[in-house]
Amino acid sequence: MNNKSSTLGPPNSFEYAPSLEATDIVKIQNKNKLFIAGKFIAPTSNKYFPTYNPATGEILAQIAEANGKDVDLAVKSARKAYNSVWAKMSGRERGRYLYRIARLIQERAKEFMVLETLDNGKPIKESRDVDIPLVAAHFFYYAGWADKLDYAVPGKKVAPLGVVGQIIPWNFPLLMAAWKIAPALACGNTVVIKPAETTSLSILLLAEIFQEAGLPDGVVNIITGAGETGAALVNHADINKVAFTGSTEVGKIIARSIANSNKKLTLELGGKSANIIFEDAAIDQAVEGVINGIFFNQGHVCCAGSRLLIEESIGDMFVEKLKIRMNQLRVGNPLDKNTDIGAINSKDELAKIKRLIQTGIDEGGNYFEANSASVIPSKGFFQKPCFFNGVSSAFTLSRVEVFGPVLAISTFRTAQEAVLKANDTPYGLAAGIWSEKGSKIHKIASQLKAGIIWANTYNKFDPTSPFGGYNESGFGREGGRHGLFPYLEVK
Amino acid sequence: MGDSLRTITVKKNNGATSESIAIFAHPVDEVGVNERADFFTKRSLKKDSKLSALYLAMSMCDLTTLEGSDTPGKIIQLCAKACHPVPPDLIESFLQKKSLRPIPTVAAVCVYPLMVPIAAEALRGSNIGIASVATAFPSGQAPLDVKIADTRFALDHGASEIDMVINRGAFLSGNYQQMFDEILEIKAACGEAHLKVILETGELGSYDRVRLASDIAMEAGADFIKTSTGKINPAATLPVTLVMLQAVADFHKRTGKKIGVKPAGGIRNSKQALQYLCMVNETLGSEWMNPHLFRFGASALVNDLLKQIYKEITGNYYYDKAFSID
Repeated sequence: MNNKSSTLGPPNSFEYAPSLEATDIVKIQNKNKLFIAGKFIAPTSNKYFPTYNPATGEILAQIAEANGKDVDLAVKSARKAYNSVWAKMSGRERGRYLYRIARLIQERAKEFMVLETLDNGKPIKESRDVDIPLVAAHFFYYAGWADKLDYAVPGKKVAPLGVVGQIIPWNFPLLMAAWKIAPALACGNTVVIKPAETTSLSILLLAEIFQEAGLPDGVVNIITGAGETGAALVNHADINKVAFTGSTEVGKIIARSIANSNKKLTLELGGKSANIIFEDAAIDQAVEGVINGIFFNQGHVCCAGSRLLIEESIGDMFVEKLKIRMNQLRVGNPLDKNTDIGAINSKDELAKIKRLIQTGIDEGGNYFEANSASVIPSKGFFQKPCFFNGVSSAFTLSRVEVFGPVLAISTFRTAQEAVLKANDTPYGLAAGIWSEKGSKIHKIASQLKAGIIWANTYNKFDPTSPFGGYNESGFGREGGRHGLFPYLEVK
Repeated sequence: MGDSLRTITVKKNNGATSESIAIFAHPVDEVGVNERADFFTKRSLKKDSKLSALYLAMSMCDLTTLEGSDTPGKIIQLCAKACHPVPPDLIESFLQKKSLRPIPTVAAVCVYPLMVPIAAEALRGSNIGIASVATAFPSGQAPLDVKIADTRFALDHGASEIDMVINRGAFLSGNYQQMFDEILEIKAACGEAHLKVILETGELGSYDRVRLASDIAMEAGADFIKTSTGKINPAATLPVTLVMLQAVADFHKRTGKKIGVKPAGGIRNSKQALQYLCMVNETLGSEWMNPHLFRFGASALVNDLLKQIYKEITGNYYYDKAFSID
């Protein structure tokens, strides 16, 4: 035995030292151009705007601002590619491109995950284990449909729509790009797509993959910019369809603006989804499901389980367990492999979340904010996970989408009441049911007005499973066979 | 509680009176447990935190030999390894690199009752515990008085901890009372000695049953609950240990008592051990991060921990032969 004792050496406690993912794998250009007709080109206005690393608040790069002229150029390029190459190509050929893209994404997965975390602020473990693998999976899945479209609708012929304009949000930048681009291309359409202005970088790296895969010029065009750029795209006369994922507010504006055109439309909007815990649930796993439901991706998830409904008989016990678990969450540098909750995507979003938390406090909700198990950086945009307990259905926190790590908790007495409360919302995107009794799960699921219902799990995504909402959560489905229909004319 | 929830009742005799104890059969979702356990395989321990964790894991090991072929010679070897995990020449080379806390010894050795006298002699003067598997280990298929005699023998010859097996025959046939009573009796026989109750989770068939067996064992007075004998596959896994940790958390919340947990069998390398430590830390908290409340039942693990400690301190791996096998 070693008797030469010493006070030096490893500390006598159990801590996680910083474990940072290296960032030197990605080269971020200072000026990032538009991707039109297969080439990176400067915007006609020559204007650029900054994109920030939300974990530090520092500028990451400059992004081109596309105006009406650029949008027109992009749509023309997409139309040309549609007429001359893509729509004429056999499904099998199109599928080969999509498979190639999927494989290249897998090969460069590490670059994508680091870039996504730098630009978006999500924890590296989520971009590594969720976002990027799902991106590749979506391209693989729709690659498989490209040569089987004749069997998508039995007894019917199908055809592509033409040029589709797509606008995607900042919460899953690359994944939303995949959800939009993969089915559109598989069905024979060409694309003009606009990422959110705070998260343009990963889709521009995807453009490099398109070049590497030899995707014909103009099949996918990427225009960067904010609301005006989006408006120019939506209102362009030569697009056949608009697909939008984002806020309900903007979704309504888009719906109005294309009302007098023959453009098709799908909208995937907000949510205020209920996670329903019955007393006969497996409690520890349900606690985990609640955590995953609302704190995954800092709560920036349209289908987040942001309303927790607990059967009253287990209410106090469940909330106590939830607090203990929340105190274990590590909020901090998204590049740290042990970070559970990363940065809020932008200063504006953080301000909006803080405002809604204040509203919740003013309305008399019982507020709890977790102690982070890690040190929160002094710079950057961070919000500790929190909840309001005893939130009545009339409170703002029960009705308005916070889009952050803020949970609203209330209790119910019977299954009927749980259904009533869950459906008492203008939205209808998702719901979770937690019970060990199978018959109860089936009965409740059939009564919930929500597009996605998870039983004894939450926030599980798969390219084969359709995703979409009821009411103010939008219309149209993405994923699975259903996800083809928004991009096909059924004859 | 509602109609789809189940509670079992056992009776506990306190002299003239008897007390009814209701034990709630907590349902456990297998998919959820597996997913949560998998989460801990993604934790990343670096530098000083890794070194601390390796030290801690070392101090939590129950260095074990449980073979029909165990002999006094083998036990003496094992005890020597427990006292001197690192050959002295290596310690010198460690110290040249960096000033260190002494590398801890293991917590205990774990042997059959017949080997306890040998171990007691070999470990005299050290503070290493002697754990003995009693109660007709590993099957537990023997009359209760035989199990009690087995336990007494081990204690009389110097065992400081008893690792008993539950009566799986009783448990699986729904005779929870018998299982409960046997633990009570052995606990009474143990007196001051610590009682670890082995559930043999590989024979129980579901996490629901692991949870129920954990709760019965704790109600009956277990100081520790332990996954496995090491004789059945699967032995310890992260998810099955997680179910037990969660049972311990609930029991602590309800009674204030802190029960220890010991995964045993199948934990061969440092990487696995550190995953367990992350899981304990994030499920039960820092109060459980010591050998009084968490142990590894292992043998090969010790050398891998030493190998990794050496690597962390010196930056290089030493060739395997440098660490004595026992």
